[in-house]
Amino acid sequence: MNQIFQEHCRVLSQEELAPGIFSLWLQTEGIAAAARPGQFVSLYCRDRQKLLPRPVSLCEIDRKTGALRLVYRVTGPGTGTEEFSRLATGEEIRILGPLGNGFPLEEAEGRRTILVGGGIGIPPMLGAAKALTAGGFRPQAVLGYRDNLFLKEDFEARVSVVTATEDGSCGWHGTVLDAIKGEAMDPEIIFACGPRPMLKALAAYAAERNIPCWISMEERMACGVGACLGCVCETAAVDDHSHVHNARVCTDGPVFLSREVVL
Amino acid sequence: MSAMEVTLAGVTLKNPVMTASGTFGSGMEYAAFGDLGRLGAVVTKGVAAVPWPGNPVPRVAETPSGMLNAIGLQNPGVEVFCTRDLPFLKQFDTKVIVNVCGHSEAEYCEVVERLSEEPVDLLEINVSCPNVKEGGIAFGQDPAALSAITRSVKRLARQPVIMKLSPNVTDIALMAKTAQDAGADAISLINTLLGMKIDIYRRQFVLANRTGGLSGPAIHPVAVRMVYQAAQAVQIPIIGMGGIASAADALEMMMAGATAVSVGTATFADPLTVFKIARDMEAFAETQGIRDIREIIGIVK
Repeated sequence: MNQIFQEHCRVLSQEELAPGIFSLWLQTEGIAAAARPGQFVSLYCRDRQKLLPRPVSLCEIDRKTGALRLVYRVTGPGTGTEEFSRLATGEEIRILGPLGNGFPLEEAEGRRTILVGGGIGIPPMLGAAKALTAGGFRPQAVLGYRDNLFLKEDFEARVSVVTATEDGSCGWHGTVLDAIKGEAMDPEIIFACGPRPMLKALAAYAAERNIPCWISMEERMACGVGACLGCVCETAAVDDHSHVHNARVCTDGPVFLSREVVL
Repeated sequence: MSAMEVTLAGVTLKNPVMTASGTFGSGMEYAAFGDLGRLGAVVTKGVAAVPWPGNPVPRVAETPSGMLNAIGLQNPGVEVFCTRDLPFLKQFDTKVIVNVCGHSEAEYCEVVERLSEEPVDLLEINVSCPNVKEGGIAFGQDPAALSAITRSVKRLARQPVIMKLSPNVTDIALMAKTAQDAGADAISLINTLLGMKIDIYRRQFVLANRTGGLSGPAIHPVAVRMVYQAAQAVQIPIIGMGGIASAADALEMMMAGATAVSVGTATFADPLTVFKIARDMEAFAETQGIRDIREIIGIVK
């Protein structure tokens, strides 16, 4: 089992990348060194009325310095994420992690790889892009936005990027799948994170082409460590741990092979 | 050093602090955060005769100082529990209390019988889960049904039986008395309070199950009141739970009449909570000159 740390982390910096999208760099003791792309951390609120930690994916991991970058969306007024967005440099936040399984990036070996991110599912794909390029791979990224762009330049500094926007303001007018088909990308493996309809479309595309598609799932969580069974997703086969057609997104995932889950 | 031991139906716990069913799995997930051997007992997630898939998602929602859950007692079944989870728990120097669930009397009895030869210290019979359609709370809201299931389980059980009561009743004292009269060795309360949350933007229930059980600090005063009322009605020991998040909350519950306490939802807010409470209670007893923690049980009359 992975080691999980609960730490009070110092805020190194925070900035708003696009309306409601924030980038937070945190100094960790052990979490960053133990983390892999595709994993997440749980952030606790200072407001004691808000009991449950908020799961946020890892955007960038700096193992050497122990820094972690989280890029997250503020979900509304009075929410935990709004509280996080007010954290200033030097302040502290309690976090738990690293949590979840992460992307099996070794599967990219010898395969034409695309990394697909949609909306607030884009941040974890940057960590995957960094790790793959550091390992000598040359993945391509496909980024889908509604309208406002964020992190696009961070990707472009490392990999070739194809963009799709719902309003047509940048790149392909449409979905990430429109962009993948429009560019005739011909991937041999897909890693993806994004909204459920996007994952479903990618899973169908991957099934047609008979290629593996690893997707990062999202579900409402309570414990974040696999105990409460709050965040399950339906599995195609009986799960080894639960002995029913359910797997825990927080511990058995969040990354699953698309054909092994029911979307 | 204060004496922290308490006794439940002949079973001695090293301290009164235990986990609440459904919030701690079977201990595996939290063993990395603290020594399970520091706890009076570990209470497992509900175990049924066969694997249960539970309810559709979303299963959880946060509420002010609390949360709603409608997991629906997902569990891998008693066979997997006995061969995988129980051997794991037996590595630790703590008592094991298995929470038993079923859709029918026969299903509860099947689990109780299967556990009769296993190294389990106590059974907690869950007749109060609000999130399953059959069984669960149906047995815990009607005195006649509670009495019948308690008698059936008691006939078969080789371990002492704790009946876990629902707060979703008009008269908790009556339910406590009913369980005692039917032969229960102890009672535990409270299970969650039935609640609902609506997403005003989506104009939809937040939980797929529509209703869920409310837990967390929000329900603590309700739990203290019910433990107190039950303690006035019965002589058997009471395990108090509901919103305990600190040693102070645990002590309050004991003064209301609980012999032992369970920590549940607070574990989600900090995985170290139950271990901290066990430690802090001992420190409190020391500083207050309490020689034996049993002195405070039901001290408020």
